[in-house]
Formats: sequence, structure tokens, C-alpha cells
Amino acid sequence: MLKTEVFDVQKVREDFPILKRQVHGKRLVYLDNAATTQKPKVVIDALVDYYSRYNSNVHRSVHTLGEEATAAYESARAKSAKFVGAPPKELVFVRGTTEATNLVRFAWGEQNVKKGDVLVTTLMEHHSNIVPWQLLAKSKGATLKFVGLQADGTLDMGSFENLLREAPKLVAVTQCSNVLGTINDVATICAKAHSAGATTVVDGAQSVPHFPVDVGTIGCDFFAYSGHKMLGPTGIGALVGKKHILEEMEPFHGGGEMIKEVFLDHSTWNDVPHKFEAGTVNIADAIGLGAAIDYLTALGMSKVREHEMLLIDYALKTLHEVKGFHHYGPEDSKKKGGVISFNFADVHPHDLATILDEEGIAIRSGHHCAQPLMRWLDTESTSRASFHVYNSYDDVDVLKAGLQKAGAIFKV
Amino acid sequence: MSSADIYRELILDYYRNPRNFGKLEKFDITARDTNPLCGDEIEMQIRVGEGNKIEEIKFVGKGCAISQASASMLTELAKGKQLEWVKQVSKEDVFKLLGNPDLGPSRVKCALLGMKVLKTGVYGYLGAHYEDADSSDPMA
Repeated sequence: MLKTEVFDVQKVREDFPILKRQVHGKRLVYLDNAATTQKPKVVIDALVDYYSRYNSNVHRSVHTLGEEATAAYESARAKSAKFVGAPPKELVFVRGTTEATNLVRFAWGEQNVKKGDVLVTTLMEHHSNIVPWQLLAKSKGATLKFVGLQADGTLDMGSFENLLREAPKLVAVTQCSNVLGTINDVATICAKAHSAGATTVVDGAQSVPHFPVDVGTIGCDFFAYSGHKMLGPTGIGALVGKKHILEEMEPFHGGGEMIKEVFLDHSTWNDVPHKFEAGTVNIADAIGLGAAIDYLTALGMSKVREHEMLLIDYALKTLHEVKGFHHYGPEDSKKKGGVISFNFADVHPHDLATILDEEGIAIRSGHHCAQPLMRWLDTESTSRASFHVYNSYDDVDVLKAGLQKAGAIFKV
Repeated sequence: MSSADIYRELILDYYRNPRNFGKLEKFDITARDTNPLCGDEIEMQIRVGEGNKIEEIKFVGKGCAISQASASMLTELAKGKQLEWVKQVSKEDVFKLLGNPDLGPSRVKCALLGMKVLKTGVYGYLGAHYEDADSSDPMA
């Protein structure tokens, strides 16, 4: 079955050159999309087109190539901002979500966090939304505290409210867990955090690729996402920040492009967002991200979400039929992004991944850069299947057969 | 080689019923290491007997079948051997214990974690006891 009720998946697959390849003689069944997605030909073409037709540095070159490159780069910024409902001037291009949170840690945190302050994040975060705050807390003598989880893998809002009584300086939360798939009500979380006087950071690495996102509705101060998880190239992502906050912040990296004037004893800073884009920026990959956004926009993000919900429902129903399948996270696709983390009997996720690889199936196995969450789940690692637009029911069926094969080998 | 060949009966047996699994009450050597890629974890303890022999060896750990089985098999092989023997244990020896499966670069690390822990512990012990072992120590 190659159609969901939403997409003609066969047609979508034809847009992705890599899906033609075979792995161990089998059709590639790529289910590691929460780690990184495959790239459609339009994205690859955009990179080739830039390098073969108008490769040039941006912003400072007056010649034709420079003007074309600048226009394309700034057009990519406009697309990347519009995609999440932000004004272009509030979007800083970064390498990805990790660089975005680290930018906030240095450029905002150094000025605003003091000894004895409380910073808040949650137990379901990716390391990129934990470790920068740990480092910030350590350097400032602040304390990092964690919102707990409920048994169903959703945030414990009671524990969140308790932490708000400590008047935290920062609340950093993911919009969608990369392990459990849990979708958090970040608009409510940010509103409550702001009432308590906190600055808010929302990690959109697993939300922006999978459903419509509007930072205005969320109301957060900072929002981060990565291009490579949404059909774009690696090495490009975005930090969206409220303009008045970005303007008050000190720069992150010093160098070319981020300055207005440089004197021997001081410098003045370029306007935002350029203040935070020191040195030659990642022009090609920004343009590639713009092409990915065009592709996703043409499919329609509401449809992407509908498609993934159908796949989650089908996958949970199908995989629960396999003896030994144990799923982590919400069972309800309305509360969950396109991520299914699981364990299978006593088969270690790495052994399972090896067996599935032989069937052409790519899944993730390990701690998914979320070790505090693994401890909370009382496991060292899980297997994870995650979906995107080119996946369909047939991929779930192949995964089920793969589990059954692993079950036979391990005599589950 | 297929995964059915990697996960032979023998490896699954050592995974589910690891020999020498546990901790020693009295030991002379202890070492622990993890494989951050997948979280495999091995800790070994050794009691050294007469003539620098491995009198008792036990391990505890968590992780995939390959890491746990290879560590267990290695403890069996090491028991009763001289500490010096550990120096010449090679990755080929470990692969042989596992039945020479075709593991691929990322899984080789799983297979060799036990050997790394064994060598770390024993090398540390031999270094610390260098003076005891060598009476012609020029510093004496």
C-alpha cells in the first residue's frame, strides 16, 4: 500500500534520489528521520546550482554574483522565518539547534544569569537543551532544575508549577520529544514561565519538520530548529529570537560581518540578525534549506502532520501485535510526533539494529542524546523508528517482519 | 555473513547466561569502561594469586549481546593465566571466541570493550607492581 489517505507516497519517493538505492540487496527502508532526513532532488539541485552558477560571498560584494548570492541567502532567511511565523530580522542562521542553544547560553546567559539563579529544563530534553544550561549554571553558580514526567511520558505540570515558584531566570523546553514523541503545550508553558519572570527557549528540532509551527502563538523568547531534520542540508539551522532581546544581547562570535565599525579600542555591532552571524555564513546550505522549505510548503505541513499521524496509528497497532514489543511514550497520535521508541524483549537495541540493517531497515538505537530520560525510563537505550513524508504503511510492514526475524534469531 | 550467523546459539547463551558474572568480595584489580556510542558497560575484577596468576575473575555489565558475550568468554579464557598473558591477547583472539563473525566497524567496538577493560586493569596493576616484580630496579 503506497498511499496514505493524505499523500501519494510513491510519487513523493521519486523526489528522493537516495531512496532508489539498495542496502544488503533490499529496498532502503529509512526510519531514522528523527536523526536526519533524506534530501529531495530540489534541495540537492539548489546546492549544485549555487556552487555552479553564482557562488560568491554575501553582503559585501558589489558584483553580479555577490548580489545574486546575497539575494538568495536573504530569501532563504525570509522563507525560514515565515515557515515558523517569525519576521526575517528575528531569524539568525546557525549550524543547528545545538549552536542555537549555545548562542543563547553565551550571548544571553553571560549577561543575564547570576549566582544563585535557578534555570529550568525538563527530563525529556535532548542533550542540546540540557548541557548548555549545565555549563551556564556551573560558570555562574546557578542551579539547573528539571521538570519531571508523568507515567504516560508527558510533562508533570505540577512539578513545573512548583519550579516556577522559585522564580527561574530561564525555562528551556522541547516542543516535541525526540525519544517519546510527546508534543508539549509550549504556548501554555511559555505563558506561565513569563508570568514567573523567566526567559523562554523552545527546542523545535523535532516539531518544525513534522507539523505547522507558529512562534507568535507559542510566544517564546527564543526558538531553535535544524535544517537537516526537515529535508534540508546539514550545517544549517535557525535561532529565532524576539527583536528587543536580540538587540540587548552581546554578540556570540566576534569577527567580520557582525560589526558596524571597528576601532582599536572598541567596535560597534551590526544590526540583528547580522550581529550574530560572524564570518562568512553558510550560504549554500541556507539556500538549500530554503529549497527544502519550498518543498515542504508545497506538500503542506498540515498534510505532513496528518500523514504522520496515520503512520503512528498504523505502526503502533501493527507493532503491538509482535510479542515482546514494548513502546515508550504516548499511545495517542494526537499527543505524539512521528517517533516510536521501543524495546523488543531482551534483544539489545544495537543487536536489533544490526539484524534490521540486513533487511535494509535503518532505525536508530542507543540513548538518542537523552541519557537523563533513559534513566527515567529505567533503560540504557531504546530502538527508535521515526517517520517522514516518504514513509508509508509498507515500511511499517517491513519493520514488523524485521522484528519477527530478530525474534526468531533470538528465540524470543 | 548474515545476522543469523553473528547471533549464533553460543553468543546468545553467553548473553543470557553469562559465565563469571558478578563481583568479587576481595580483588586486586578493578577496571570499568563504557562505549558511549551505545552505552555498553563492562566492569571487571581480578584476584591475583601465586605467581601472578589470575586466580579469580568476574565481570558485571550492561549492553548488547556481542559486548556481554565477548566479555564473559574472555574472563573464562583469562582465568588461571598469568597476568603477563593479558599483554598478548589480541582482537583476533576475541573475534575467534565469538566465532569470527563479520561485525562491521561500529559493532567491533562492542566486541572489544571487554578486552579493553581487561587490559586497562591488568596494565595498571603491572605498572603499579613494577618494583615488586623487578628486583634489579635501578632506583632501589
